[in-house]
Amino acid sequence: MNRFILRRLLQSALVLLVMSFVIYGLIGLMPGDPLDVMVASVPGVTPEQIARLRAIYGLDQPLMLRYFHWLMAALQGDLGYSRSHSVPVLAVLAPALWTTCKLMLISFVAAVALSFVLGITAALKPGGWLDGAIGLVAFAGISVPVFWLALMMILVFAVELHWLPASGGFTVGDGGFVDQFRHLVMPVTTLALATTGGFTRFVRASMIETLRADHIRTARAKGNPPSRVVLVHALRNAMIPVLTVMALSFGSLFSGALLTETMFAQPGMGKLIYDAILSNDFNLALSGLLFATLITLLANLAADLAYAWLDPRIKL
Amino acid sequence: MSAASGIWARRWQRLRGHRAGMASLVLLALLLLFVLADVPLEAITGIDPNEADLFARFDPPSWAHPLGMDEAGRDVLLRLMVGGQISLLVGLLATLLGGMIGIAVGVAAGFWGGRLDALLMRVTDGMIALPLLPLLIVLGAVDLTKIGFSSEFAHSGAAGFWRIVVIIALVDWTAIARLVRASTMQIRERDYIRAARAAGAGSWDIIATHILPNIATPIIVALTLTVGRVILFESVLSFLGFGVVPPTPSWGNMLNNAQELVTTAPLLAVYPGALIFLVVMAVNFLGDGLQHAFDPRSEQPE
Amino acid sequence: MSPLLEARDISVQFPTAAGLVRAVEGVSLAVQPGEVLALVGESGSGKSTVGFVLAGLQTPTRGQVLHDGRVLDRAVWRQIRREVQIVFQDPFGALDPRMLVGDIIAEPLRLQRLGNAVERAARVALLLDQVGLPGEAASRFAHEFSGGQRQRIAIARALAPKPRLIVADEPLSALDVSVQSQILNLLKDIQTAEQLALLFISHDLAVVNHLADRVAVLYLGRLVELAPRAALFAAPAHPYTRALLDAVPRIGRKRLRGQGVIAGEMPSPLAPPSGCVFHPRCPQAQAICAILAPPWHEPRPGQAVLCHFPLGEGAQ
Ligand SMILES: Nc1ncnc2c1ncn2[C@@H]1O[C@H](COP(=O)(O)OP(=O)(O)OP(=O)(O)O)[C@@H](O)[C@H]1O
Ligand code: SF4
Ligand SMILES: [Mg+2]
Repeated sequence: MNRFILRRLLQSALVLLVMSFVIYGLIGLMPGDPLDVMVASVPGVTPEQIARLRAIYGLDQPLMLRYFHWLMAALQGDLGYSRSHSVPVLAVLAPALWTTCKLMLISFVAAVALSFVLGITAALKPGGWLDGAIGLVAFAGISVPVFWLALMMILVFAVELHWLPASGGFTVGDGGFVDQFRHLVMPVTTLALATTGGFTRFVRASMIETLRADHIRTARAKGNPPSRVVLVHALRNAMIPVLTVMALSFGSLFSGALLTETMFAQPGMGKLIYDAILSNDFNLALSGLLFATLITLLANLAADLAYAWLDPRIKL
Repeated sequence: MSAASGIWARRWQRLRGHRAGMASLVLLALLLLFVLADVPLEAITGIDPNEADLFARFDPPSWAHPLGMDEAGRDVLLRLMVGGQISLLVGLLATLLGGMIGIAVGVAAGFWGGRLDALLMRVTDGMIALPLLPLLIVLGAVDLTKIGFSSEFAHSGAAGFWRIVVIIALVDWTAIARLVRASTMQIRERDYIRAARAAGAGSWDIIATHILPNIATPIIVALTLTVGRVILFESVLSFLGFGVVPPTPSWGNMLNNAQELVTTAPLLAVYPGALIFLVVMAVNFLGDGLQHAFDPRSEQPE
Repeated sequence: MSPLLEARDISVQFPTAAGLVRAVEGVSLAVQPGEVLALVGESGSGKSTVGFVLAGLQTPTRGQVLHDGRVLDRAVWRQIRREVQIVFQDPFGALDPRMLVGDIIAEPLRLQRLGNAVERAARVALLLDQVGLPGEAASRFAHEFSGGQRQRIAIARALAPKPRLIVADEPLSALDVSVQSQILNLLKDIQTAEQLALLFISHDLAVVNHLADRVAVLYLGRLVELAPRAALFAAPAHPYTRALLDAVPRIGRKRLRGQGVIAGEMPSPLAPPSGCVFHPRCPQAQAICAILAPPWHEPRPGQAVLCHFPLGEGAQ
């Protein structure tokens, strides 16, 4: 068990390391140059001065070396300065991380709950009209472009009906619990709806599979709807793979969160990364992306461990 | 020959029995006709979908422009058609390219196994663990001149188009790779592969004549589902400004300004998104139908 | 007469998660041109593995395979590829479901670049006729045929490049009893007509008695007895061979397929017993058998046996 955990931890750390290098390299390929902004604010800089600045900031060194310096600093907790916010990266990152986690967790829980209700309902009578209807809804959830769903929500509930605020995390001058809640309703609904589709299909498939197996094993209840006992039993068996898949989908949940935040102007990681890339804020974009990767890796790790722990067939 | 047609006839029969799958097939055919209709329409009316007319901004629907004009005074209907061609083409090309990567990785891992398999699967698992959208955005933001392309090309419409095809393919091959690996491993130990070896077949012969034809079925299904996902990726990236760049329209970038327009011209925000939704939905249902039609449990000859 | 193919002291080991599987241990065996050599033994005794080594499908962990006195490595195998072909047990898995029968039979010709398309088609027609199938079978798929017909197709494919040796790995076991004798006769006829050598792997001693010139008995990966058919059936020298023969039903008696006749189970090839590997089950076993591996004896000319106390030795 401990060896398994250790191996998975090392693996995740390795993926993170490789990704940090890839992203570091890619960020350097984005348009512009960290010096541009500096130079732009000081009129009349000569090319020689720019070259000297480059040397001072180490920008003339080879990629590997620059990456190594960055890594060393990062390992000591120094992620650099955010250019667009003019504060250390961590100071911007921490609150954004919190916002995103809040959005993701609430949506995740909502999606899991909803998909279990829908998936089990559908699995009770596969092929029935309810199954068909739920399947349609699930497919819609998978197929809808998240940003467009957000746009449509804004159009209906904010622009037309004026029920909910279209953007932001809170109203300036209010910011109470109810206000924050009202700001979260649409983002959470959007993300949850988009996530529920895939989840529902997993729950349904897994339930049908286990129900079928259980039916064969107990060899009774032929033709009858499954009894409560069978259902509870099947549910327990179906849970393990389903929850694993759900946890493994944290990557796409994060992608969804990024879009949702951008659309509803929520001050989260997604919006932060997006804005950072648009404004050439290299340090912030880099750290933001790495934190996004880290969160996903941790979620996957947790899913793997939970799976190994729950499923007696896997020997650790 | 009777058997070849036999298998496919049976599959076609089963697909026809799948109502949602058939409906999607018809819908997709209609949508294809729709996006291709811009050619005759442009020829007849002489309207250029890229020509802006600032005096016609937000013109309401008229006989000449059935869906009205957009924020730059361009014909919305024609742009939806042309944008659809771009979006669908990106969807197909990126799926094919990513499919090729996935098939290559999956076959290599599944066929040769051992260390190669371990390495490739580590990479695949690593890819699967990543949040794709942020990665795509960074890839989309890469300045092509910094990796050796001419500035002229880097800012052309073609660059925007091919860039998005390539980056989506680079990111979205893992599902295919895993599927192909699993199917390859199943087939690798079959006796007909041994017989081929005894007859002098090398690994490439075996992959080409035995492995690939026998794993084609699940690949087709998976690729169909990939098309839907890729179209969604394209729309998101183009929408955020990292994909197909205007004036070339795509369903994604037609929504670029939709956020501000949602109050003034809501329909401009509705059309492209609804079309994306419709296409992806149809593709997904078709994939479901194909899965049903290709189900190995019903594949056995009666 | 130099042997067509000769295995010299070959061992095959498979590293598995459970440990090293010693599938074949130090087997030496020669196939003479035109002879039928039967390879018998219980399930898991390593028959297929020996067959695969002789067909060049499995590289031995130790030992060599010689062809006309030449040591076979990968390069030499490529040159003599067409001389050794193989027929498998399961005719369903042996034919590619996506290929036309004509293409299946022509595959060795195509791979060996023998003839052009027209010549190959003519050869396929000839082969189909030889194995008793109609010519129009070439343009159909394997799954349209019955098990026996498929085995005929597999035999036609093996015959296509005019081999000198066919390794037939239990070619009858998967067939209906009514079909078995047809395929057996077909093999016998073709073997005689083409002066083929046949390595006939089987656990059915009645069939072996009908077909073989010589018989090799495998137990737990070791060759334990090698003798001309008549000698072996009349006077088995190895206690294991004797036990196998005792298990063969005589006319009028009910068939008892191998199992239950020899006491105990075959040990795992992961941990073979010490001394003579047969000693835990051997009715003749003495104290020395558990300690010392037995040497080869030649009780009668042409009959070799690996046993401390060969049967009939004292009596004769
Ligand atoms: N690829 C492999 N990996 C691991 N073990 C193997 C492999 N192939 C064969 N073995 C093992 O080697 C031993 C001999 O197998 P082999 O198939 O040669 O036996 P056999 O006599 O042909 O049996 P059967 O009558 O069942 O076909 C068995 O214990 C088998 O489990
Ligand atoms: S050596 Fe001993 S144990 Fe082995 S077969 Fe001969 S008598 Fe039996
Ligand atoms: Mg065997």
